[in-house]
This record gives sequence, structure tokens and C-alpha cells, in this order.
Amino acid sequence: MLSKVWVSFLGISFIFGVLTNRMDVVSAAYIDGANAAIELIVSIVGLMCLWSGIMEIAYQSGLSSYIARGMRPILRLLFGKASKDTQAMELVSANITANMLGVSNAATPIGLQAVSRLYQIAGRKGTPDSVLTLIVLNTASIQIIPTTVAAIRASYGAAEPFDIMPAVWGASLCSVITVLFLARMIRNRFPDSSV
Amino acid sequence: MISVLVPFLLFSICGYALYSGIDVFPVFLQGAKKGLDAAIQILPTLVGLLTAVYMMRASGVIDFVGEILSPMMSILGIPKECTVLALLKPISGGGGLAVGSEIIKAYGPDSYCGRVAAVMLGASETSLYTISIYCGYLGIKNTRYAVPVAIAGDIVAFVTSAFFVKIF
Repeated sequence: MLSKVWVSFLGISFIFGVLTNRMDVVSAAYIDGANAAIELIVSIVGLMCLWSGIMEIAYQSGLSSYIARGMRPILRLLFGKASKDTQAMELVSANITANMLGVSNAATPIGLQAVSRLYQIAGRKGTPDSVLTLIVLNTASIQIIPTTVAAIRASYGAAEPFDIMPAVWGASLCSVITVLFLARMIRNRFPDSSV
Repeated sequence: MISVLVPFLLFSICGYALYSGIDVFPVFLQGAKKGLDAAIQILPTLVGLLTAVYMMRASGVIDFVGEILSPMMSILGIPKECTVLALLKPISGGGGLAVGSEIIKAYGPDSYCGRVAAVMLGASETSLYTISIYCGYLGIKNTRYAVPVAIAGDIVAFVTSAFFVKIF
């Protein structure tokens, strides 16, 4: 999918550049674009490393078991029958915790194990709601500290790189509530045909 | 307020971990290395996508699309400069980062659309990509309501990003 998007970007800029007679600017821009990528990474890599290290500490410090305990009633509500399976719920809460802390290279592998277990409980057929619940939850952002974005803001000279946090929390919360409620509300309109 | 919060967070997370018996610094290094790996991993993606984004901006097509979609975006309250970001983020995290950082750079991190772009980036995930990874892993073909729900979640995240930037 990204391949098609990328090639159409290149094609569109070529065609549009010809049409608007701006080919000289367009052909200068590709150099700036490639260089900008390096500049961006160099300017944010320090903060990315720092926060990634801090979040790893938080993740390994047992903070995750607190979060898991606090989440139990919510998981019961979200996953219904599947919440009785201890192994599945441990994986689910580990996935959620990793997402909250922004340890994304841990979140996806754990999330895959979690859906795998949920799928197994549901009998490995069709598209069970428990699996979809975790998937749609992963399509919304629940990261508490938006570290990469703050690093980008810092690199371009923001006065307070983290002062967007309340707005990020507000928007994330609205989006998480939306996916969970909507998934619940419309699940019967999308019957699981293969069961 | 935030200027106190961040140093406090750094200290309290590390202090709590040390208190609970963790050899903090090696764990930090382990995590920091993952951060470095993530940065290196995303670099080729960014080179490809930022090149395309810069060329599109130079050709005028980004402004053109922004103009066309601006009536719809203004109904949603999203600044038209962030249109392409809203279209790209659900498909590609690197693409979102490329367009978002470009907006933050061009308009300034403390400008209105620079802040909205930052919040949009922070409050959304690469949702369609996520669905394809998870369903691909399980071999599920029928994704039922996953796509419409994820898109609705993204739209809500983008609209409320603009809203919350205004009120905070």
C-alpha cells in the first residue's frame, strides 16, 4: 500500500510541477527533502534514546503490574468471557502497558501473542469480537508521554516541548472511547459470517 | 507546571526503579539502544517520504489539496495545513512523522497549526497498518468492523486535537 502511495506522490509532484511550471523548484526540493530526513533524525535521536531508556526502566520496574491490577475491571468489561483466561489477560495488559509507556517495539510482539491467545480461546475460527477489541484498541493511541513528538518540537525550538501533553491526552482519550464504544455498538451489523 | 513535571518524572521513575531493586543504568542503556535502533530503522523511510513530501510541497499540490479539502476540514475544525497529515498518518507512521515534522518546521512549533500537527501525531496511531499487521498475523481475511471503527477513531483524534489545542 505504501508503495502505491509513494509512487503516486512522486508522480503527482512531477505532473503538478509541469502543469504549474515549477519544475526548477521541484527538482531542487528532492535534495532538501532527503537532507531534511537526516537533519530530523539527528536532532531527535538524543531525546528518543533518553526517553526510550527511561520508559524501559518504568516498564521493568514493576510499574506494569500496578497498571495491570488497575485495569482488571476494565478488561472484564471489554473482553467478557475471554477475561476469565489469565494468560490472555496478562498478555493483553502487557500490551496495553507497553503502549501507554510508548515502548512500541515491545508492544507489537506482545500484542500479537495476545490476539493469538484470544483467537485460540475463541476456537480459531472467524473474526471473534475479543480479537477485534484488542486490535481496534491498538489502532488508537494511549501513549502517556508523547516523546517523539516532543523531541521534534524541541528540535525546532519550542518554548515548552511537552506543553502539548494535556491536548494529546484529551484527544487520545476521545479517540479511545470512540473506538471502544463504536466497536461495541456496530458489532452486530457486521456479523461474523465464517462462524 | 510542565517544566517541573518532566524532571520530576525522570527522577521519580528512576528513583522508584532503584528502590524496587533494579540495576537502573544497564536497563536505561538497554532501552536507549532500542531508541537508537528505532531512529535508525525509521531513517530510510523518512528519506523516501520526506523527499516525496518536499517535492509535493514544491509542486504546489499540497496547497492545492489543502484548498480543495479546506471546506470539509474547516467543518471539522482541522487547519487546512494539516490535511495531508490527516490523510497519511493512518497508513504510514513514517509518512505521518515526515509530514508532521515538516508542518512543525515550516510554521513553527508554537504556532497554531504546528501545535495541532504535533497533537495529531501524538494522539493517533498508524491504524490501517496496525489492522493489517494483526489480521495478517492471524490469517484473518474478514476484518468486519475494524476498518470503519479505526478510521472513526482517527477522525475523532484529529478533530479533538484541533479542539484541545484551542482550549488549552
